[in-house]
Amino acid sequence: MLEARGIVVRFDDRAVLDHVSVEVADREVLALLGPSGVGKTTLLRVLAGLLVPDEGSVWLDGVDISSVPAHRRHIGMMFQDEQLFPHLDVARNVAFGMRMQRRPRAEIQSRVSELLELVGLVGFESRRTNRLSGGEAKRVALARALAPGPAVLLLDEPLTGLDRELHDRLAVDLSTVLRATATTAILVTHDRDEAATIADRTVWQADRP
Amino acid sequence: MPALAALPVAGLAVFYLWPLATLWARVLNGSSVGDTLRAPGLGRVLWFTLWQAVVSTVLTMIVGFVPAYVLARYRFAGRRAVLALVTVPFMLPTVVVGAAFLALLPDGWHSSARAVIVAHVFFNVAVMVRLVGAMWAVLPTDLTAAARTLGASPAQVLRHIVLPLLRPSLAAAASVVFLFTFTSFGVVRILGGAAHPTLEVEIARRATQLGDVDGAAVLSILQLLTLGIVVWWSSRAQRRAAVALVGRAAPRRARSDRERRWVAAAIAATVILMVLPMVVLVARSFRVGDHWSFHAWSTLGADEIRPGVSLGVDPFASLFASLRFAVVATIISVCVGGLAAAAIAAARRHGRLLDAGLMLPLGTSAVTIGLGMLITFDTPPFDWRAEWWLVPLGHALVATPFVVRSVLPALRSIPDDQRPAAITLGATPMKAWWEVEVRRLGRPLAAGAGFAAAISLGEFGATTFLTRSGRETMPIAIDRLLGRAGDVPRAQGFALAAVLLITTAAIIAVADRPDVVDA
Repeated sequence: MLEARGIVVRFDDRAVLDHVSVEVADREVLALLGPSGVGKTTLLRVLAGLLVPDEGSVWLDGVDISSVPAHRRHIGMMFQDEQLFPHLDVARNVAFGMRMQRRPRAEIQSRVSELLELVGLVGFESRRTNRLSGGEAKRVALARALAPGPAVLLLDEPLTGLDRELHDRLAVDLSTVLRATATTAILVTHDRDEAATIADRTVWQADRP
Repeated sequence: MPALAALPVAGLAVFYLWPLATLWARVLNGSSVGDTLRAPGLGRVLWFTLWQAVVSTVLTMIVGFVPAYVLARYRFAGRRAVLALVTVPFMLPTVVVGAAFLALLPDGWHSSARAVIVAHVFFNVAVMVRLVGAMWAVLPTDLTAAARTLGASPAQVLRHIVLPLLRPSLAAAASVVFLFTFTSFGVVRILGGAAHPTLEVEIARRATQLGDVDGAAVLSILQLLTLGIVVWWSSRAQRRAAVALVGRAAPRRARSDRERRWVAAAIAATVILMVLPMVVLVARSFRVGDHWSFHAWSTLGADEIRPGVSLGVDPFASLFASLRFAVVATIISVCVGGLAAAAIAAARRHGRLLDAGLMLPLGTSAVTIGLGMLITFDTPPFDWRAEWWLVPLGHALVATPFVVRSVLPALRSIPDDQRPAAITLGATPMKAWWEVEVRRLGRPLAAGAGFAAAISLGEFGATTFLTRSGRETMPIAIDRLLGRAGDVPRAQGFALAAVLLITTAAIIAVADRPDVVDA
């Protein structure tokens, strides 16, 4: 279970998050729904350890991880514009997290093919990231985030920038993949239908959730 | 386009390409290639030139890494000022940098390779900050964040994400620093002593002291070929590693106290590294022997240090010689560079050729340019060696690309239909041209003129060949003063270097607006 308690984040004395609390149970997919500019992304960054909050704490399975650096939190994140590494091919993007953990080469290789199959990109291993379509790039980003087996996966507007049809198909696929891998996840979105398709539970985050 | 380009093309052909061709011809026709390359001692010169350049480059990249990072990624009060300050050493005359480190380093370091290398690092940190910093500033912050959430420690992020993505700029910076340190002349002359000649120093020594012009020509062609290989490698490495980056990147304020402390420490260290040599140089000009004194400054105007003992060089006269040359060189560079920029902007494909052609003198060592001119313009009707204008012309050759670089972006940013628009609003064609183009180009032209003046004031390598006695420029006078025994000439050398330092720094401060990193 991942929990944020009383998070406060101020940028230049303006409070972006003002005592925000949220929790997600194991294997639950939670959607944070709200208009842009209410600090949803900022909250994800706090949970991931990319941003140190001015106040508040983050707990994972009953342990305070507030001072644990991002790379030791085992909290994965899928970014709005994918942020695939442009100097690596698809397979090396997906393998990145496992390589950082220094897992054996054979294990990495088999897990990469397994994940590419899961997201429907069999045979894309040596493709360069700039040769991917918008939908394919999202799938690679998902596979990459799942590869190291994060305790919780944070999804920051993962399906923006796609046309409607592709968006709806990917939303269903995303939901299926999260269930198949029994992943605990927090989804940030401004799209009510997307939240309904993917999440088990939806929380409305307006100015003050 | 042809009319506009005529003067720049003719100037380049006569004063750069012709001398270069003469050098080649001299080497290919002569029998001195074998003799020169087999000469005893050459191996030592080549070896020193190479290893000091490699060590200087590696150290510059290490030392410049943190300032490049902090200035690219963090927002803090005085950021622009620090950026400007870091750039100053790079534009400083080489003899001033040499003099500053002569003043700063303990006597035990004088005439040593260490001294040369330390000065090279100080000189070139700006290259790291400008080139690598510019790329670092556009590296999307989320890219490194993504790596962190995948379990990469800060060190792993640096190794697997940041360094590979910065590779094009690292290759560019490494090759620029290598080119400058491989062809280093002024710094080596002042700090290296007789025991540490670089190829550039050896070329000058053969040509001007031994009279072995053929040998000097062979060595300068050898150097030219080496530089060509480096440039080729660098452009290939840059092309190969280039990737498109998507995502936002903006410098941000430090958030935690720890972050604030280390950013402040890094900036303080950078500022001290940049300022200390300059301050010590000025301070040392007030010391004669082991006491404080204005003696060096008050005797700058006389070429006798003691009644009857002449220096052979008049520091005060060199100041005026330098200023006169700088004015002429600036006028030539601004006219030729302005015309060239207009021609390049007007013509698309051929424009690029002219642009590249004008950049060539920058990639050629100063000594090679001087030597080429010396052996080309020695027969009537082109016997121009004794002409005073050959010096500012040589300076203009190196300065013109800076004018082009500074004017061209502004020229290209003027939309095609602005002048017609002004005319439809009732402006006469002349007035429209004035309002639309000239006014917008004023500032970049002034910046280009500033760079040209700074370059002319500090030029040393080519001037060594072209100068005539009685018309020594400041860098030459400084080199001679610092090379003499005795406390007074040395203090005078520091004083004159301080004058040159302050003049150049003032010009750069006015001309240079470092927004490269913000772009």
